[in-house]
Amino acid sequence: MDTIALVGNPNSGKTTLFNVLTGTNQHVGNWPGVTVEKKAGKTKYKDKEYAVVDLPGAYGLGGYSEDEAITRDFVLEGKHDIVINVVDATNLERNLYLTTLLLEMGTKLVIALNMADEAENQNIKIDLARLSQELGVKVIPTVASRGRGIDDLMKATEETINQEIHRNSISYGEDIDGKLCYIENRIEQRVNSSKYPPKWLALKLLENDKQIIDRFLEDNEDGQDLLKEIKSAGEEVVAASGMEPELAILDKRYEFVSRALENSVSKPKENGETLSDKIDKIVTHKFLGIPIFALVMFLIYQLTFTLGQDVLGEMAAEGMASLGLWIGKWLETINAPGILTLFVTDGVFGGVGAVLEFIPIIIVMYLLFGLLEDSGYLARAAYIMDRSMRALGLHGKTFISMLIGTGCNVPGIMATRTMENKKDRMIAILINPFMSCGARLPIYMVFIAAFFPKHGGLVLFSLYGLGIAIALIMGKIFSKTLFKGEETFFIMELPPYRLPTLKGTLIYMKEQVLSFVKRAGTVIFAVVSLLWVLAILPYGVDPHSEVSILGRIGNFIAPIFKPAGFGTWQASVGLFAGIAAKEVVVATLGMVYAGVEEGARLISTIAGVFTPLSAYSFMVMTLLYTPCAATIATVYRETNSKRWAVFVATYTFAIAWILSTLVYQVGRLFGLS
Amino acid sequence: MRLLALDSLIVGEKGIVNTINGGRTASRRLYEMGFNRGSSVQMVKNDIGPVIVSLAGSKIALGKGLARKILVQPEQVR
Ligand SMILES: Nc1nc2c(ncn2[C@@H]2O[C@H](COP(=O)(O)OP(=O)(O)O)[C@@H](O)[C@H]2O)c(=O)[nH]1
Repeated sequence: MDTIALVGNPNSGKTTLFNVLTGTNQHVGNWPGVTVEKKAGKTKYKDKEYAVVDLPGAYGLGGYSEDEAITRDFVLEGKHDIVINVVDATNLERNLYLTTLLLEMGTKLVIALNMADEAENQNIKIDLARLSQELGVKVIPTVASRGRGIDDLMKATEETINQEIHRNSISYGEDIDGKLCYIENRIEQRVNSSKYPPKWLALKLLENDKQIIDRFLEDNEDGQDLLKEIKSAGEEVVAASGMEPELAILDKRYEFVSRALENSVSKPKENGETLSDKIDKIVTHKFLGIPIFALVMFLIYQLTFTLGQDVLGEMAAEGMASLGLWIGKWLETINAPGILTLFVTDGVFGGVGAVLEFIPIIIVMYLLFGLLEDSGYLARAAYIMDRSMRALGLHGKTFISMLIGTGCNVPGIMATRTMENKKDRMIAILINPFMSCGARLPIYMVFIAAFFPKHGGLVLFSLYGLGIAIALIMGKIFSKTLFKGEETFFIMELPPYRLPTLKGTLIYMKEQVLSFVKRAGTVIFAVVSLLWVLAILPYGVDPHSEVSILGRIGNFIAPIFKPAGFGTWQASVGLFAGIAAKEVVVATLGMVYAGVEEGARLISTIAGVFTPLSAYSFMVMTLLYTPCAATIATVYRETNSKRWAVFVATYTFAIAWILSTLVYQVGRLFGLS
Repeated sequence: MRLLALDSLIVGEKGIVNTINGGRTASRRLYEMGFNRGSSVQMVKNDIGPVIVSLAGSKIALGKGLARKILVQPEQVR
């Protein structure tokens, strides 16, 4: 099966095109550690199947952000048969820069001239034949959001796959061309030189691309000689043109683009203020920007909780409960062994079922975030927040990753990939776990119901606020200590506002929900089963009691939490289980406190053993302490360092312990307990 | 030829990108985003926080520090 790779600038409509091509026939790298970070799917054209891979959006292929590195390395590895380069037809001057880089790589290439409808609306006239001739590749107009032009695109793709490979046709001027030719010959003389096309390698070496030079030296221990020669060639370029070779080459690429556009595209003079401009005047306004943003966020959380929790959540909970009852009865009627019935009703439905009840919240939350992102507003939010974040030594995009973290820390941490700067990115990763994710919410809900039923909103708000405050403070500390003095900068495209497509939003939501369900069915199921077994062993003890293995583990840890006011074995076991997944904390507390998973009995039991003060201290603990295993695994994968993963797991615990102890002890001083 | 830092343009004013005085990563990034020599930029918003400029039909927000590194030749007389 032939493989198509989609490459394009951010906001060129790449994801939309991918969705049109693959429809529901796609699978997504979901939870980290388990899968890849690229989306893949299948499409059919004329009875032939093609694999389609969606690569992260990129402006260049220099590997300056993680996203670009992934894209570049994929294209370099050459596991694909053809690249479809998605470009925004209203913005060819900038979009075709990436195209020149793809041409240089010598990969087979077709251009999807997307947003053809917008180009038409803006009166941009494009001579397709001419443009295609200038670039040396087929150019097919598409409107991905309406599924137009897809057949033509696939036809061109099929034809191009069966053709001879395309050759680089960009000229960098006589001087540089000559030098490239010479370097290329020298590279070809070495048998083992490299896995990359010699012409491309010559270009990168002359451009002084650090990553490629390092890889070149790995393959060629005696490569220093050649590098020296290249260095002096570079100095000649500087002498002749007054520019570093890298910049001289860059200039020539843009020259190539403007020459290609000169005769093939006509653009009307700037037409007045667009609707996007008008909206931007308001939402990025220097005084109104932040209040509007706060309002939008407030609405999102409000909708999530009223719609997701109160309406749909209740329905899901009832459904789960009756399903559990029904299956329990059925198991009894077929005379299943008692232990199995107990395991299914108690362990499976108690643990996993309780988790599945959160699906509605997740659906609503991701639906709203998906809409926000697709519409183009999220980029404005990063812009608005940059100034405040900057004051703390943080990056505007950090705030976006924090916001996404309130849904789940895993995508929150993955969202940092678009940051160019290592320092900004590391800080954003390290502080993300303090954002209270959706899985921690049920824990607060139980304690709020037990102690603060009248002030639920206030307590929740204080916890989320505390999480944000700690994240920002730690961010400031990190930027002043661990990553002192690195240069950081803010640059971000603000795409025009667009109406999100229903299809795209639904697909996005489906992905999120499926990965959540998968997790509930695997990790959470495994943890809950294990805990359940630990709770009934050794054989013959009272299940879920202090003398069970689980109880003994709890008793062993409990003294640590004494100063924080909840040094009981039950609370300790709950927190212990939460390191696997926060979703199981409530399930575990339910098992050990009441022999039920949830509901009224757990709440009344908790009301008996905690005090309002120790309850609040416990919530602070669950908010801040060691994130779940999936998050730690993500930190490991994204930083590629075990040390950072261990660091995150431990420093969050230390901070959580200090704060909850502080809450408890200070509260006691004021006579609260 | 008079060159100005991009962040000193006032709203509505246009300029042609001439040089970028940044570190290697920053300059490279700017070039790749379209701030290459000779491209025309127009200031859209320049008050608090990052500036917003219009570049070849798209809008780009960039921090003041970064904008200061881009030297442009102003198109209009002030
Ligand atoms: N008018 C128009 N909008 C489109 C087209 N293709 C995509 N969009 C919209 O452009 C926005 C960004 O698209 P997306 O696929 O997320 O871009 P990506 O960042 O390249 O993946 C979405 O709101 C899409 O609905 C198109 O051909 N015409």
